[in-house]
Amino acid sequence: MFKYYGKYASYLFILPAAVVLVIFFFIPFFQTFLLSFLDYSNNIYQAKFIGLENYINLFHNPVFYKVMWNTFVYLFVAVPILAIFPLFLAILINQKIRGVTLYKILIYLPVIVSIVVAAIAFKWLYADQGILNYLVSRLNLEPVGWLTDPSFALYSVIIVTIWKGIGYYMIIYLAALMSVPKELYEACDIDGANFLTKHLTVTIPHIMPTIALVTTISAISAMKVFAEIYVMTKGGPLNSSKTIVYYIYERAFENLDLGYASAMAVVLLIIVMVFSLINILCFERNKYQI
Amino acid sequence: MKRIKFKNLYAHIILIAVSLLSIFPFIWLISTSLKGNSENIFAYPPQITPQDFTWANYSGVWDKVDFIGYFINSMIVAGGTVILNLILSAMAGYPLARMEFRGKKITFFAVLATIMIPFQAIMLPVYLITLKLHLVDSVNNFAGFVGLIMPFAVNAFGIFLMRQAFLGVPKEMEEAAIVDGCNVWQVFWKVLMPMVKPSLAVLAIFTFIGSWGEFLWPSIVLTKESMYTLPVGVNNLQGMFSSNWRFIAAGSILSTIPILVFFLCMQRYFISGENEGAVKG
Repeated sequence: MFKYYGKYASYLFILPAAVVLVIFFFIPFFQTFLLSFLDYSNNIYQAKFIGLENYINLFHNPVFYKVMWNTFVYLFVAVPILAIFPLFLAILINQKIRGVTLYKILIYLPVIVSIVVAAIAFKWLYADQGILNYLVSRLNLEPVGWLTDPSFALYSVIIVTIWKGIGYYMIIYLAALMSVPKELYEACDIDGANFLTKHLTVTIPHIMPTIALVTTISAISAMKVFAEIYVMTKGGPLNSSKTIVYYIYERAFENLDLGYASAMAVVLLIIVMVFSLINILCFERNKYQI
Repeated sequence: MKRIKFKNLYAHIILIAVSLLSIFPFIWLISTSLKGNSENIFAYPPQITPQDFTWANYSGVWDKVDFIGYFINSMIVAGGTVILNLILSAMAGYPLARMEFRGKKITFFAVLATIMIPFQAIMLPVYLITLKLHLVDSVNNFAGFVGLIMPFAVNAFGIFLMRQAFLGVPKEMEEAAIVDGCNVWQVFWKVLMPMVKPSLAVLAIFTFIGSWGEFLWPSIVLTKESMYTLPVGVNNLQGMFSSNWRFIAAGSILSTIPILVFFLCMQRYFISGENEGAVKG
């Protein structure tokens, strides 16, 4: 029957998507590598080929190390919390309790609200004389410069990312929990296992693939944070909250140093591709049926 | 029996606490937006209920900021992105699910490879290409909208979602249509597309949410304020009203109403957990 379709039908069907993917994914992908060998810093209209110089400068730039450090702090703080806490919430919600839908809606709300609005809302909580510092003062502590103190700013921004992600991952875990056989829990109840042992011996081993999946996708999105930082701190103070995407943006669109920014983009590209590859090969084979 | 009740009590306490933490930043923003000039918004202890209640901040920010314009721009961009994603994903997903052709494997893996490419890493060349193609708002508004939409017109998630949907349609449906004399386009459009409506709905909803909240790309390409989408416009409030937090709060809340209504109407798609595979990664 496939003869019926004619020789070229399949290509014609794919063509529109292929054009978009080639122009806006594949060409830019290769061009990113190309740009990273060019120097735009003297003249934005006349790039000069400089080989690996951008990379050499990059790896001699203390700000770059600071930015990479911040990015990995982001990963190591946000990812474990986003992998564990939503699972805990999902387990609580998955018990037969009242008001499940309401809880789910409220906890999911931060996911759908614009990150810009979320960042503004937190900026207001973090204000010098804001509500958080009121709570701090009630504890008889000195007020904290949540976004203005270099030792706090990064963590203040990470909290926003975590807060905005919890609902998203909770729903993923809830879907996974539905697949755990009920008989296993019944067996646990008969054995008189408590809440903790029940979930450590049944739930966690059963949904391990989902935990791994959430770990990789939250790691990928932690690598890509931008809006929170742009709206709240612009990477400051003293680069203390600057992560890689923000630094790429700054070098490219504020300093117009496209080559240097591209060298950094290549670093980002390689890290994210490694995470994605792990994700696709280990956890999402079924989804793509490879 | 008693023990189960006890356990649920703890669950409720924790879930109520997390729910409150989830909405508190918005509650505090709403509270601030409703406080009049005679009330100190930095008062210690902070007052959740406005003492000098007023809608004036809303009317004030509404008069100074073109929210309707931002809303229309966001609708055009999100609407265009959704329509293109539906059409292009379905068209590309169909042959990948149902036809045999040379290069099918390569096409499949090429599409899969794009999942691994984060937009943030390739945005500089994307920007240069968009400039080269004159798809920016300095040319004209239409070109500006096209430039906002095209980099997100189709992606691998959509294509795989639709491929999966077409794999689930019984082959007999197509064969019957072919026997009845449909050509390949009619089979696709009249027979298969109605069969995959649920997947199209999922794709539409999640594409809409993603496009509606997009901030990085519009803040790179947009130069004219009249072209601002809601997230860019809201971010701009901070500059416009520097420390007038009453106006910034009112504007942020105003800008959130459309997506809130959308979410509450469509909530089952988001919180049922059936569609988690359709969302960004």
